[in-house]
Amino acid sequence: MFKLAKQTYSTTSALVIRDLKVAFDKFVAVNGISFSVEPGDLRFLIGPNGAGKTTVIDAITGLVPSQGSASIGDTELLGKKVHQVTRLGVGRTFQTASIFEKLTVQQNLDIACGIHRSAFSLFRKRKFVDPRVQEALSVIGLGALSNVKAGTLAHGQKQWLEIGMLLVQDAHVLLLDEPVAGMSQDEREETGRLLQRIGKDRIVLVVEHDMDFMRSFANSATVMVRGSILTEGSVIEVQSDPRVQEVYLGPKSSEVK
Amino acid sequence: MSEISIAKTAVKGMSDGWNTLGILALGAVLYFGAPLLFNTYNLNLTAKFVCFAVAGVGIMLVWGKGGMLALGQGFYFGLGGYAMAMHMKLNDASMNGGNGVPDFMSLYGDGTVPGWWEPFRSTPFTLATIIIFPALVAAGLGFAVFKNRIKGPYFAILSQALAAAFVILLIGQQTTTGGTNGINGFRYFFGQMLGSPESTESLFHISVVLLVITMFVAYLILRSRFGEMLIAVRDSEERIRFLGSDPANFKVFAYVIAAIMAAVGGALFSPVAGIISPADVGIIPSLALLAGVAVGGRVSLFGAVIGSIAFSFAQSLLSNAFPSFWTYFQGAIFILVFGFFPGGIASGFKKLRAAFVRKGDVQIG
Repeated sequence: MFKLAKQTYSTTSALVIRDLKVAFDKFVAVNGISFSVEPGDLRFLIGPNGAGKTTVIDAITGLVPSQGSASIGDTELLGKKVHQVTRLGVGRTFQTASIFEKLTVQQNLDIACGIHRSAFSLFRKRKFVDPRVQEALSVIGLGALSNVKAGTLAHGQKQWLEIGMLLVQDAHVLLLDEPVAGMSQDEREETGRLLQRIGKDRIVLVVEHDMDFMRSFANSATVMVRGSILTEGSVIEVQSDPRVQEVYLGPKSSEVK
Repeated sequence: MSEISIAKTAVKGMSDGWNTLGILALGAVLYFGAPLLFNTYNLNLTAKFVCFAVAGVGIMLVWGKGGMLALGQGFYFGLGGYAMAMHMKLNDASMNGGNGVPDFMSLYGDGTVPGWWEPFRSTPFTLATIIIFPALVAAGLGFAVFKNRIKGPYFAILSQALAAAFVILLIGQQTTTGGTNGINGFRYFFGQMLGSPESTESLFHISVVLLVITMFVAYLILRSRFGEMLIAVRDSEERIRFLGSDPANFKVFAYVIAAIMAAVGGALFSPVAGIISPADVGIIPSLALLAGVAVGGRVSLFGAVIGSIAFSFAQSLLSNAFPSFWTYFQGAIFILVFGFFPGGIASGFKKLRAAFVRKGDVQIG
């Protein structure tokens, strides 16, 4: 019932997706795609609206039923419940930041830290700040706001807090769903650098619409169209692919909504 | 040692000192004040309301903090109340050379005590049952309901149906539960003769002590990480799953605690009121328990307790003075309180305090 977080795979293994298929009744949202993400590779998953990008993340994290396989090393993720997948070190964020608005920044991080604690510790009061929380606070740059109610944070700060919660969880796999949507240019750059910092030794997969953001910070990209993978490669390769330009980028467009 | 000071200032939450003092002060005012102010009749009424408040603390936990609208807490109140009533009735029947058969059983039945009544002759069994049985029922029901992600109005309806079904069951069992009349006419409570001013006062004192204990238990739960977790579950249940926990576990636990608190309140209600009947445990009394907590402030420990007691007082005073108008007053209370303070009267105090005390130490970016 209350098991501590356990990583059952080596941190050098890649996240491998094989023949992933998600169907809602007759509508096939993800049509048997395969790709893999190595640790340290900041991978962007791009594609027009309705391509099935978010559904891929939903499937990996157990939110929607799916067929095929998503594994890290020998550990299969599909077919597990959401909280079980989380305990395997797979964390995600949402398009709209889903933090606990009535709790403070620090309490939010502390709750995420609960994954490292036994059930009995729940009945004790919080007496000191976990070093993981302190560290995450400084990584995401919200140290000065630790006692502020999360609901009062600016939009960008909420996304950072959410990423901080994944760090506190010691998530090895970060699946981020449009982390910079609605952010200002400064916030975007800040977020990009944050992703590069935390992505060094983790598996990071970013679902994104914003092409400028991808160009600036992605290592590699996978392009999805209508539930299938169109192409995959480095940012330059993907950008120069005429098929990508045709279906998605357009001849000169910088951002497609 | 700057790190320690950072950690200390960082952990801000409830102040232990003020809350402990508050609980003790409330208890002391009731314990010593009420017997001075009230005659025996009103003291007995207050004791009844304190029993409601004990159940109200549980409702504050499960509804206010946990967001589960438990409309049928009268069921657990009744489990405790009937267990205690059975114990008292059996003991009464074997006192003074009696034959050990409660009077209503000889009156309506064949004069034999059913097997499942027998263990209630034992005091330890009865006291343990008052706590354990409601906890087991709540845990079983809670797991079935919350693991299957039944929530919101569906849970509310289900919990209310529970109270309704319990009443139907009780009424159907005239010979073993007293039917519509319930169980009444208790003479002794743990060896003390009931009905005298002294016994009324000592029952009142017991109920206040129980209330203080209940409040402390609730406070300890709220200040723990579990308390934060419960609020997190209320505000964003799905998100909890992505933190690696199944929110159902937290909900079940809160529901179990609330069930125990309701049962403890009910167990004391029986000797205080001198009766436990379907009219004390059905849908209407369940809603009355809820109404007091709602008016006082469902997210506030003190709000729930004071609200429960005050609302019951208002009901008693107004319905005595204007027998046919009480429901209008009730409506007026609801409109006034929820119109101005949707979170109950306690939330009004919080707003006032926030208006006067400005926190200057935190800059919001």
